[in-house]
Amino acid sequence: MLASIRPDSLNLPLFVHVFGAMVLVGGLLAAATAAFVARGDIRVLRVGYKTLLFVCLPGYIVMRVGAEWTYSRERLGDNGSDPTWIAIGYITADLGALLLLIALILGGIGMRRARNGAAGMLRVSLVLSVVLLAAYVVTIWAMGAKPV
Amino acid sequence: MELNDWLLALHLLSAFALVAALVLFTVVIVAVRRTDSPEQVASAGRLLPVGNTAVVVGSLGVIIFGVWLAISLDGVKVWDAWVIVAIVLWAVATEAGRRSDPEFAPAIERANELVAAGRLEPDAELASLARTSKGLTLHLIATVGTLLILVDMIWKPGA
Repeated sequence: MLASIRPDSLNLPLFVHVFGAMVLVGGLLAAATAAFVARGDIRVLRVGYKTLLFVCLPGYIVMRVGAEWTYSRERLGDNGSDPTWIAIGYITADLGALLLLIALILGGIGMRRARNGAAGMLRVSLVLSVVLLAAYVVTIWAMGAKPV
Repeated sequence: MELNDWLLALHLLSAFALVAALVLFTVVIVAVRRTDSPEQVASAGRLLPVGNTAVVVGSLGVIIFGVWLAISLDGVKVWDAWVIVAIVLWAVATEAGRRSDPEFAPAIERANELVAAGRLEPDAELASLARTSKGLTLHLIATVGTLLILVDMIWKPGA
């Protein structure tokens, strides 16, 4: 049933979107875990930040490209208004981009300061990944359950 | 929202938990293979318990809610080819992932022992344990198997 209501032309864009989202969420889980288990250990915080930079950022870009590609193919907005689940996706994606950018900038500064033993900025950067992870869990639920 | 909507949402959340765990394990594997410092290996190993929880929740959730959904949906049968392919791939990926865990565990244990003993200099045995090719191969099989499940779920060959 699910396959019959989705045109085949959506398969590749949807795959790109879901794959990017999964990489993004996986990276966020690793970064958020690093924030919780580090207990001041700069090595763990560094692993978390590198995950944000080298896993979450590419994952986000792939997810966002796939989302726009799917949206344009599916023509969901053609009747004037988007379903709620699409709106949730856009809000969390756009705010998520902003938060991810802030986390990357703070973490970048934190990586420099960490050479002197200061871990505060790195920790704040990774705590933002916890917020992002929570937001994306809600988004995944909305994408699956599609409320209204 | 109907039951099937909830089942699909829980199936999807479980799939994300499973892949998130695989990404976390990949991060740890990359981190431990790039160093022979006991402190760095032990530090990366501290991420593993969360990954272990996520992989169990994700693996079980994805199969339970997936099969339940296949039974519940009118247009899908558990014996549809793409569903059977997904179940076989899930079994292969789960078993490969389960077998990769004990391959990396000795490296983490060795690193923790060295750190506890105050021996923080690079250790050749630790480097050898951390760069297990069998563990890496099993992890790659689990990752590729899971990626193929995603391909199968989206393209649904034969549906």
